[in-house]
Amino acid sequence: MAKYIIKRVILAIVSIIIVTLITFFVMNLIPGGPFTAEKAPSQAVLDALTKRYNLDKPLWQQYLIYMNNLLHGDWGISMKTGREIGPDMFSRFAVSAKLGGASMLIALITGIVLGSIAALKRNKWPDRVIVFFTTLGTAMPSFILATLLLLVFCVLLAWLPVYSNSNPNLILPIISLSVYPMAYVTRLTKTSMLDALSQDYIRTARAKGVSNGKVIFVHGLKNGLIPVITYVGPQIAYIITGSMVVENIFNIGGLGSYFVKAITDRDYSLIMSTTIFLAVLMVVANLLTDIAYKLVDPRITFD
Amino acid sequence: MAENENAYKRRQLLSAQIDLSKFNSKNFEKATDEEKKQQDVMGESSTFFKDGMKRLKKNPLAMISIFVLIFIIIAIIVVPMFVPYSYSDIVSVNGHRDGTAVNLAPMQYSTRELSYMESSGQHLFPHIFGTDSMGRDYFIRVIYGTRVSLSVGVVSAIMVLIIGVIYGSISGYFGGKVDLVMMRIVDVIYSLPDMLLIILLSVVLNTRLTPLIKGTVFAKLGGNMLAMFFVFALLYWVGMARLVRGQILSIKNNEYILAAKAIGTPNSKIIKKHIIPNILSVIIITTALQVPSAIFTESYLSFIGLGVSIPMTSLGSLANDARASISSAPYRLVIPAIIITLIVLALNLLGDGLRDAFDSKLN
Repeated sequence: MAKYIIKRVILAIVSIIIVTLITFFVMNLIPGGPFTAEKAPSQAVLDALTKRYNLDKPLWQQYLIYMNNLLHGDWGISMKTGREIGPDMFSRFAVSAKLGGASMLIALITGIVLGSIAALKRNKWPDRVIVFFTTLGTAMPSFILATLLLLVFCVLLAWLPVYSNSNPNLILPIISLSVYPMAYVTRLTKTSMLDALSQDYIRTARAKGVSNGKVIFVHGLKNGLIPVITYVGPQIAYIITGSMVVENIFNIGGLGSYFVKAITDRDYSLIMSTTIFLAVLMVVANLLTDIAYKLVDPRITFD
Repeated sequence: MAENENAYKRRQLLSAQIDLSKFNSKNFEKATDEEKKQQDVMGESSTFFKDGMKRLKKNPLAMISIFVLIFIIIAIIVVPMFVPYSYSDIVSVNGHRDGTAVNLAPMQYSTRELSYMESSGQHLFPHIFGTDSMGRDYFIRVIYGTRVSLSVGVVSAIMVLIIGVIYGSISGYFGGKVDLVMMRIVDVIYSLPDMLLIILLSVVLNTRLTPLIKGTVFAKLGGNMLAMFFVFALLYWVGMARLVRGQILSIKNNEYILAAKAIGTPNSKIIKKHIIPNILSVIIITTALQVPSAIFTESYLSFIGLGVSIPMTSLGSLANDARASISSAPYRLVIPAIIITLIVLALNLLGDGLRDAFDSKLN
């Protein structure tokens, strides 16, 4: 067990280092320095800036300086606005975390409930309806769903106002972000519930005369939910990437729209810091998921 | 020698071996033609592929999906041949650019087109989906967008297939230390956040690739597109490689492979008869399911402005462009949305159907 955790932690650290390496060196492939603007500054200013940002040092030293700064909580400065990235990024991350967390919870809860219903009512109409909608849900990219929801509820029906700072309304963004993971969780819960319900211990429990509810919730669901845990890590990754477009569509000032804006502005230092931050988030989420899974079900090996 | 013959004749008790000494030629008679005919195999021998196809044909959802996909593929090949508009140029009447043909509703003609039709008596081809804000025929743009999205999906799936199968089979075939090192590399790539790296590499590679491909055929697709293929080739094959390796390892240890080896089947025949048919189904299914995932990624990147370069378009960028006119022309958003959903849905259902039909382990 300890060996497994150590192995997974090492793998996570290696991938984080690789991500920072790729991000840093790939960003330096971009032609033109950060100070080649339309209004070129004088040579003296340029020299001072180069020295200030250590651009005169070899690349590997720059990388080490950058990583050292990161570890000390210094995320660098945006090339476009000149503002410090760290505080901006974290205040926007708070908005995204609220949105993403709510979407994840809703996706997990509804997914588990719908999946269990589908498994218990197998091949009856509730199962068919659920299967139909989950199949549809996995075929629709989140940005398509988000724009369609915006079109129907904000433009055509005008039931809901578009999100604004004075009128924070997160219903539609949460729906658009949670449909795909919800459909996925539903499918996963259904198959693992069916699997769990066909086990011998379920038959034994029924033969003993255990009540139906207890068989389903205590014996079936408890074991059927284990594989669902594995999806939490990938789900976080999906929600992070999904929030980039969904926040953009609904005009929410979260980390996702911050990142997309950095891409359209070609604000390279901002792209770099946000990529590293999100990558660490995803890798850590996957690490925790794997460890949790192993703790819950010690039979599992990952080889 | 004599002893040996004796040993041969002295049968083991309870042996099923026929004691030939009890028979002579009189006990045997020639089979009549009628009797011979009974030995003929009546049904054609069924191959693995035929069996699978038979099962696939019984799956209505998979068959509908195939028809939908064939319909879309025929449409994107045939339609540009007879629609007289271009995806990149403003609608022109009688050789002159028509500035009034902007934001036309479906099937509507611009004022200049109407007056031209009246004066010349010729009938112009209708704008089935209207025109966009630049005055380009929307129908042909949707067709070209579908073309781009589908080809991205298929090309990336093929790339993933080639790289993944080669890497996975090398790793599975050699085993041991080679396998260990190769699989550690896969583990690391697998744990990298792919979408973030795709975005990052698209941003960077685009600036590096665009000057390189200037003037070549690739220029039409743009640096972003090539960057996307590059990243797919770099990151997406790991799933396939893991799968192929696992399959080869588990098949290698099966009893029937041992049995085949024991009766002296040459290695080439074992690979051809036993290993390839067994992993082929898994590879085909994974490839089929790779296509929609690549289409998802492409449309997503196009949507955040990292997709094909203008004037070329894809379903994702069409949907993105349509956001500007969401209240005046909502159909411009709905059309690409429906097509993208239809394609992904059909491919998913087909992939599931293929899995049910061909994956012998599930039957």
